[in-house]
Amino acid sequence: MTDKPNKPLISIRDLMVHFPVGGGLLFSRSSQVVKAVDGVTLDIYPGETFGLVGESGCGKSTLGRAILRLIEPTSGQILFRDQDLAHLSPAAMREQRRHLQIIFQDPYASLNPRMTVNQIIGEPIETFRLAHGPAKRARVQELMELVGLSSRFLKRYPHEFSGGQRQRIGIARALAVDPDFIVADEPISALDVSIQAQIMNLLDRLRREKNLTYLFISHDLRAIRHVSDRVAVMYLGKIVELAEAKAIYSQPLMPYTKALISAVPVPDPRIEATRRRIVLEGDVPSPINPPRGCRFHTRCPYAIEACSDIEPQLVQIKPNHFAACIRISPEQPEIERVAPGTAPGLRQRSAAATA
Amino acid sequence: MSANNGNLLEVKDLRTYFHTEDGTVKAVDGISFELKQGETLGIVGESGSGKSVANLSIMRLIPEPSGKIVSGSVVFRGRDVLKLSTREVRNLRGRQIAMIFQDPMTSLNPFMRISKQLMETTRLHLGYSKQKARDHAIKMLEHVGIPDARERASSYPHEFSGGMRQRVMIAMALSCQPELLIADEPTTALDVTIQAQILELIKRLKAETGASVILITHDLGVVAGMTDHTIVMYAGKIFEQASTKELFEKPGNPYTRGLLRSVPDPMAEQGKLYQIPGLPPDLAHLPPGCPFAPRCERAEEICRSEFPPFVQLTPYHQSLCHFANEVYSESSRAS
Repeated sequence: MTDKPNKPLISIRDLMVHFPVGGGLLFSRSSQVVKAVDGVTLDIYPGETFGLVGESGCGKSTLGRAILRLIEPTSGQILFRDQDLAHLSPAAMREQRRHLQIIFQDPYASLNPRMTVNQIIGEPIETFRLAHGPAKRARVQELMELVGLSSRFLKRYPHEFSGGQRQRIGIARALAVDPDFIVADEPISALDVSIQAQIMNLLDRLRREKNLTYLFISHDLRAIRHVSDRVAVMYLGKIVELAEAKAIYSQPLMPYTKALISAVPVPDPRIEATRRRIVLEGDVPSPINPPRGCRFHTRCPYAIEACSDIEPQLVQIKPNHFAACIRISPEQPEIERVAPGTAPGLRQRSAAATA
Repeated sequence: MSANNGNLLEVKDLRTYFHTEDGTVKAVDGISFELKQGETLGIVGESGSGKSVANLSIMRLIPEPSGKIVSGSVVFRGRDVLKLSTREVRNLRGRQIAMIFQDPMTSLNPFMRISKQLMETTRLHLGYSKQKARDHAIKMLEHVGIPDARERASSYPHEFSGGMRQRVMIAMALSCQPELLIADEPTTALDVTIQAQILELIKRLKAETGASVILITHDLGVVAGMTDHTIVMYAGKIFEQASTKELFEKPGNPYTRGLLRSVPDPMAEQGKLYQIPGLPPDLAHLPPGCPFAPRCERAEEICRSEFPPFVQLTPYHQSLCHFANEVYSESSRAS
């Protein structure tokens, strides 16, 4: 979706979600916080699939949930149709949930085992008083057919379905209120390869038919690349790169994105035998005490001293391609060609500041 | 075939059945394969395909009485593992055949220091003294890339990250220098950058020790980068086996071809992704004929009524399909 409409459906501004971590004592005020989401700004446009990718603990799921206020944001704004969701009253937020839905990763844990499919999909219809009686039943049947489940299964319980089928039930439940925006939080991670393809195709078809907008959260770069129009890469609570899906995959700019993409195994032995893989050393640092400066500098093969001091901003390096790294700039987008020890991104920033 | 033709492991007609309320589940139903010294074999399949049960059977770790190895032989270095006494099997496990599992948290004892868990195997199998075992444990931890191994050895598993725990598991598995390492989804629970580390580690250690490896995974990318030969399982059967290169280039089975096509190619244009229709079969109620027929784009009448033959396509390439030759020549032309 290159020709974006001007007005975003969702605008997130400097969103923070911090969790206090207790020392364990009942009355002691804990001073430490996990900065799960630490100043995220992004726009999601109507009709697009916005991919959010990162490793476990990077804050991608927290961000998705904070948009729906399933987790309370600490500060920042979530603008949706001229309202700031972050500051709505609980009652007003509940009304908005009709337009904003979520699909969860685990189709086993997210469906009530004591409810029939009819009840599960029917519940949101009742909650928002959209239909009742035969009309409601007809709506449930319509939704089931829409996601590829036979309406013969209306009276069955979740345990009678396979993982892929349960995910379809979860999708039908999300669609029951005719939402505009859906957060799909790792919707295919628990599924087998052949079923993943089915669910990705289903989500894509529904997006086109129902005019939906998705935030698609996944750790699976292959899936993200396939379903998304634009992709943001998260690392320790921050967005480190944002671009069109194709560009992020074929020409990643930020060293973390480069490593992430090179780590994905390709199902082709000829490519696997020859390609160079960037193997990062060490683990992701703890989000309780993230590294100063650029949070990736502890694992970055290109880090220089300045990287541990200066927190890089997300800047446009190429058209519609943003990255947070002081070692690259629009003039010098390829980090491999940047002179050792230099930080062209810094010069550019100070030049902009003096201009 | 005797044991001196370079085969470390020969599995013949292995069948492992589980008795459930729903009927008999033939989790592994007559599989045969060989593994040469120093080779890496990949076993791919979706959940319920029998890939894990096959390897638990090789290790004689099938929970009885619900499960039972009903027939077959597993010849490891000339001896049939299925005929060994419990004590003999115990000597084999951990010493000559080692295994690592998907979730390193559940396979380590949470109440025991890492060093102690590592020392257990060498003290038991190699009769090491306490001091020697401790030194060896630290050496192994260094070997798998645990920083400050001497200090970290006295930590408990929860003090390690997922990737580090998997390194500990690998150190433990390799501490008696086994000849065969079975890795069951070793990187599935890990992040991609950590997965890359662990796969590199397995490759390096394999090159250093000359061990053979069986790698069980659902990820075709991992198989492509790590293995010499690949087996594709579906519904308890081997659907296709070939050298990894050949299998990916010229699949001779519609299921393999479908799996390969349903993985999104990052370099290709977006569009509708190929999908295998339908659901994996219920193993307790398999259809007559080919178990994949209800989902197969190529199925004809014969597929629904007659069980397919295991067709020899080349000396090292077999496919379980009525139309194996046709599928094979289609993919040969395409590649």
